[in-house]
Amino acid sequence: MTAYLRPRDLDEALAERAAHPAWVVLAGGTDLLVNANHRPAPAGILDLWRLPGLGEIRADSARISIGAGATWREVERHPAIREQLGPLARAAREIGALQIQARGTLGGNVGTSSPVGDSLPVLLALDATLELASVRGSRHVPYREFCTGYRTTQLAADELIVAAHIPVPAPGTRTTWRKVGTRRAQSISKVMGAAAITLDGDTVVEARVALGAVADRPLRVTAVEDAVRGLPLAQAAEAARTAVRATIQPIDDVRSTAIYRRKVAENIVARFFTSSGGVS
Amino acid sequence: MDPQVVPPVGASVPRVDGVAKVTGRARYLDDLDVPGAWHGVTVRSKVAFGVLDAIDLDADFDWSQVVVVTADDIPGTNTILAIEEDQPALVRVGGRVMHVDEPIALVAAPTRALAFEAARHVHPRVRALPPVLTIDDALAKKQLLYKDDNVYKELWIRKGHTTDAEVDAAFARAHQVIEGTYATSPQEQMYIEPQAMLAEWRDGRCHIVGSMQCPYYVHKAMKPLLGLAPQDVVITQSVTGGGFGGKEEYPSMIAAHVALLAAKARRAVKIVYDRDEDIAATTKRHPCRTHHRLAVDERGEILAIDVDVVMDGGAYLTLSPVVLSRGVLHAAGPYRAPIVRVRGRVVATNHPPHGAFRGFGAPQTTFAYERQMQKLARARGEDPLAVRRRLALRSGDTTATGQVLGFSVGTDEVLAAIERVAGPAPAREGVGPTGSPVRRGRSVCFYFHGAGFTGSGEQRLAGRATVALAADGTFEVRSSSTDIGQGAITMFTQIAAASLGVDPSLVSVVDPSTALVPDSGPTVASRTCMVVGGLVDQGARAVRAQLEAWASEHGLAGRPLAEIARARAARTELGELAHTVQYEPPPGIEWDDATYTGAAYPVYGWAACLVDVAVDLDTYEVAIERCVQAVDVGKAINPTIVRGQIEGGTLQALGWAVLENVVYKDGRVANANMTNCIVPTFADAPELETILVEVPYPFGPGGAKGVGEIPMDGPAAAVANAVEDALGAPFDTLPISPEAVGSTRPAWRLA
Amino acid sequence: MKITMEVNGAAQTVEVSPWRRLLDVLREDLRLTGTKEGCGEGECGACTVMLDGEAVNSCLVAAGQCDGRKVTTVEGLADGEMLHAVQKALVACGGAQCGICTPGIAVCAAHLVDRGLVRGIGAAGDDTSARAQVRELLAGNICRCTGYQLIVDAVIAAAREVAGTRGGDR
Repeated sequence: MTAYLRPRDLDEALAERAAHPAWVVLAGGTDLLVNANHRPAPAGILDLWRLPGLGEIRADSARISIGAGATWREVERHPAIREQLGPLARAAREIGALQIQARGTLGGNVGTSSPVGDSLPVLLALDATLELASVRGSRHVPYREFCTGYRTTQLAADELIVAAHIPVPAPGTRTTWRKVGTRRAQSISKVMGAAAITLDGDTVVEARVALGAVADRPLRVTAVEDAVRGLPLAQAAEAARTAVRATIQPIDDVRSTAIYRRKVAENIVARFFTSSGGVS
Repeated sequence: MDPQVVPPVGASVPRVDGVAKVTGRARYLDDLDVPGAWHGVTVRSKVAFGVLDAIDLDADFDWSQVVVVTADDIPGTNTILAIEEDQPALVRVGGRVMHVDEPIALVAAPTRALAFEAARHVHPRVRALPPVLTIDDALAKKQLLYKDDNVYKELWIRKGHTTDAEVDAAFARAHQVIEGTYATSPQEQMYIEPQAMLAEWRDGRCHIVGSMQCPYYVHKAMKPLLGLAPQDVVITQSVTGGGFGGKEEYPSMIAAHVALLAAKARRAVKIVYDRDEDIAATTKRHPCRTHHRLAVDERGEILAIDVDVVMDGGAYLTLSPVVLSRGVLHAAGPYRAPIVRVRGRVVATNHPPHGAFRGFGAPQTTFAYERQMQKLARARGEDPLAVRRRLALRSGDTTATGQVLGFSVGTDEVLAAIERVAGPAPAREGVGPTGSPVRRGRSVCFYFHGAGFTGSGEQRLAGRATVALAADGTFEVRSSSTDIGQGAITMFTQIAAASLGVDPSLVSVVDPSTALVPDSGPTVASRTCMVVGGLVDQGARAVRAQLEAWASEHGLAGRPLAEIARARAARTELGELAHTVQYEPPPGIEWDDATYTGAAYPVYGWAACLVDVAVDLDTYEVAIERCVQAVDVGKAINPTIVRGQIEGGTLQALGWAVLENVVYKDGRVANANMTNCIVPTFADAPELETILVEVPYPFGPGGAKGVGEIPMDGPAAAVANAVEDALGAPFDTLPISPEAVGSTRPAWRLA
Repeated sequence: MKITMEVNGAAQTVEVSPWRRLLDVLREDLRLTGTKEGCGEGECGACTVMLDGEAVNSCLVAAGQCDGRKVTTVEGLADGEMLHAVQKALVACGGAQCGICTPGIAVCAAHLVDRGLVRGIGAAGDDTSARAQVRELLAGNICRCTGYQLIVDAVIAAAREVAGTRGGDR
C-alpha cells in the first residue's frame, strides 16, 4: 500500500524527502497522475500541495520570487507578474486549460523538465534562478544550468525546488513569447519561443532567446544572442533567423515534423525582433 | 382533440432527457449498479499481420482468481457477423492475425486492476509476416488478405449505361479538363463516452446492455456466435455518450467479448475501453483516394465526370461495401452532367478495420468534387457561387444514377441563403492576434446527401415501429432507434404527441431493448427521423383513429384523447391497443443493384457552406474565422435540436480539415491518446452560423428528411478551397495541417 | 488510509489507497456517477469537479490529497429540485446532446458564472468578448456532439441571469 505524508512545513518536507528519495513528490498531479490507473502505485507520496510558504509570490523592485507551489492560475493573476513578466503570465494562461492551471505548479513544470514544458523557455529567457533546498541546506542555480538532459536536471535525490527568482527586466527590455501548439488550447507545444530583448532606440543591446520543443530540453539559443548583439532590429531579425536555422536540430514525431519546427522556430524568433515584437 | 397544449412539430421543446443529463442522473453503462460484476480486459495483437502460433500463460501467475477466454470457448461460430463472416471475435490458434490490436484473448477478474494485471501475463505468440499498409500495396497484392485480389467490393456507375469510349470521346472534345487526385485522412469519432458493454446470463438467456447505436445489429451477430435462438439473446441500449457511427458495428465485437466472459465466469462481466484502447482498436473513417476528372465545354457546361475512388477498408470487410456505395453515389456531386462514370473500390489492408463515421463515404468524395468545382471556377475566372448555381442539380434534373429529382430539392434556397449572409470577403492581408501577418481566403461550397438507406435498402430493412396505449392511459413509442445525442427520444415524443393530439408528457419512448421493441433498422444513414419518425407518425395516427372510433361507440366522442385513452386503458379485458407500422417505400423508388441505376435515395438533403480562413504566415496555422452552413432539412421537427446537429457535424468536418488525424506507423495507431489524437476545443471552434432551410419532403414526418450526416460533407472542401484562395496553392490532401501548409510555401502565389 | 472530505456539503469518510484517483473514489466508493471518465489524462474535462473552490480534473487528483478538502460534483450543483442557472440554461438552449460531457461542463460553467469570471456581460449588447472568454475558460472541456455553439449560448444566458440577480455588469 502506498504511504502518504502531508508535511506541515518545508523543514518537515525536506526531512521526509531525504528519508524517502523514492517517493513521489506530488503537488498538482497534472503530470504525475496521467493514466494513474495504468502506472504502478508509488511506494509513497510526499504531498506538497498548499505547503505553507511554498506557494507565495513576492515582488519587489528588483525581482519577483515565485514559490514552487504557486499554481499557474496564481501566476497568471498576480499583478506584478502581469505587469513585469508578461510572457510568464501569458504562458501560464496557455498551459492546458482552466482545470490544469488550477493545479499545475511552477515546481512541477520545472521538476518534470519535459522538453515541451510550457513555462521553461520563459524562465530561460527571463534568466530565472532556482532556489533548491535539502536537509543539507539551500542553493541557488541559474535555471540555464538546471537542465542537463532529456527530463534530467541538477535536482539531487534529496532536494526540493523551493522557488524561482526572476529579475525584473531592465527598462528598455522587451519581453516576448509565443507558443505554437497542436491547437488553440489544451495543447502540447510543437515550437515555443521566449525572448528578452534590451534595446537602445532601435538597436539591440543584448538579447536572451530561448526555444522549447526543439531539443531534448529547453534551450538558450546563444548563437542567436551573439548574432543580434548591436544590430538594428530589422537586421537582427534576419540574423536571428539564420542563427536559429543553423543551430537547432528538432525532430519528427507524432505531433509535427523537424522541417516545420525549424521553419516556425525561425519565424517566431525573427518576429520577436520586428517592431511589433510578437506577444509581449 | 386536446386544445392548445400540444406543441406542433417545428417547436424547439426542451429535450426530454435534458434534466437527467445536466444533473448527472442519466446513467451510462459504466454508471450502472451491477453488484458482483467482474471487469473484462482484452489481450491484443502487437503485430499487424501474422499467424497466431500459441497463447502462453505465465505459469507463476495465480489464474484461479480470474477467467481467461480464447476462441476455443466460443460455442457457435467464431465470427462477428456484419455483412460477411470474415471477422473473428477472437483469433484462434493457427489463425491469421490481421491487424495491430486485434483481439486474441480475454480476461475477467473481480477488479479492473487484477484484470489488467492478469492480461499482462497472457502472451500471444505471433509469427509476423510483412503487412500490407497502403492502398497501392493492397492493389499490387503484396500479400493476399482477402480472396484473390484484396478488393472487398468494386462498384461502377455509368450514367445512361455510358461506355468507356463515350467517356473518352467527351474528354477528347472538351474545351477544358479539370483533373485532380484528392486524399482524405482517417478520422477518429472520439465520442466522449468510450465503448462499454455488460453481459449477464440468466436462465440460459444472454442479456447484453451497452453503449450502441443498433441493438438489432448486435442481436444478429450474437445469435450465430453464441449458438442461440433469437429470443435467447436480449440486447438493450444504455444511455449512450456519442456514437457518430463509431458505435454502429463495433459494439458487436465487445458484446461478443462480454458474453463469452460472462458465460465462463458465470457472472456479469463488464468491459469499458480505456480511451487509448478505444482510439487504437476501434473503427475510424475510411481513408480515401479519389481521382476526379471534369470535362467542360466552352460555355462551362459539364460534358462528363469521371471518378475513380479507392478506399482503405482495413483488415476485415465489416461495412466497407456500404461505405463505398455511399461514397460512389455521391462522387459526381450535385451537378448536371450527361456522362458520368464512377469506379469505386475498397481494399483490404492490415490496418484495424475502418468503419462507419458520419457521412459514411460521402465526405471523402465530396471533398474531391468540391475541390474540383473550385478549380473549375478558377480556370474559368468565374465566381465560385455562380459556377455552382449554374451547374447545380434541381428538380427535374437527372443524377448520376439516372434518378430524376422530384420532391424537396433545396438547391436555390440554400445557395440564396448563403449569398444573403455572405457579405464582402474579409481583407486579404491582416495581422493576427499574436502579431503575425495573416492571409485570408474564402470559399463557398455546395453539396448534397442522400437520406435513408440506398436504393431498396429501406425496403429490405422493412423497419417497424409501434405506438401503443400503456396500462395507465399514457402512450409508448417502441422502436429500436437509439438516442445517441441526436435527440431521437425527443423527436419521437414530439411527433407522436402531435399526431396523437396529446401533451408530450403523456408520451414515453421505451428503452431500446430487443425484448421490447421491433426492429426499426439501425440508427444510421440520416434515417431516424425521416423513416422511423415517419413510422411513429403513422402509428400515432392509427392509434388515435382507433381510440376515436372506440370513443364514439362508448359515448366518449369529442372528448380529449387523453381522457379516451385512460378510459380505454382501464378496460384491461380488451387487451393492448397498439399499432405496429412497417416501412413502405414511397412510390417511384426503383433501384437496380446490379447496374447501380435508378433512385439511389428517396430524397436528398441539400446544403451550402461558406468558410473564411486566416492563415498565419509565421506558423502556417489555419484559423477558421467564419463558417456558415445553410441546410435544407425538409422540416425541422425541433429547430434547436436540428441546429445542434448541424453545428456538431460542422465542427467535426472543420476538425477533420485542419486539426485531426490518425497517424499509422507500421499498422499501429501512433497517436492513440487524447493528447495526440486531438479534436477541436471551445477555443478552436469559430462562432458557427446555421441557416435552417425547409423544402418539405412529402413522405417524411411533417416534411422532414435526413440531417444527421449532411453537415459533415461539405466544410472540409470549403476549408481547402479557402486556403487555396488565401495562398494561391492547391490543397488536395487532408488534413490541411500547419506542416502541410508550410511545405507548400514555394508554391504560394500571393497576388 | 482513511480520508474525510466534504462532498456536496456532506462529510464522507472512506478508506482508500492514497494513490487512487479522486474520480474513482467519487464514482465507485461514493456512487456519485455523475462525474465521468473520458480519457484518464486530464485532456477532456469530463471528470471536472470543484476542489476547494477550483475546477479541477478529478482524474489527476490523488485520493490522499483530498483529506480535509471540499469537493463539489455535478450532483451538488442543484439546490434540491432547483437547478443551477447553468443547468437550466443548458436545457433551455439545447446545450446537451449525448450528455456525457455535460456534468463536467456544468460544474466548470457554474464555477465561472458564480465567481463572475466572464467579464462584460451586460443587460443587452455585444457579447463578442464575453463569448470569447467563455470559450477560453471552457477549453478544458471537450464536447464532440454540439460544436460548442449552444453551450456558449447557455453559459452567456446563465451568466446574464446570475449577473442580473447580483445587479449590474460584471
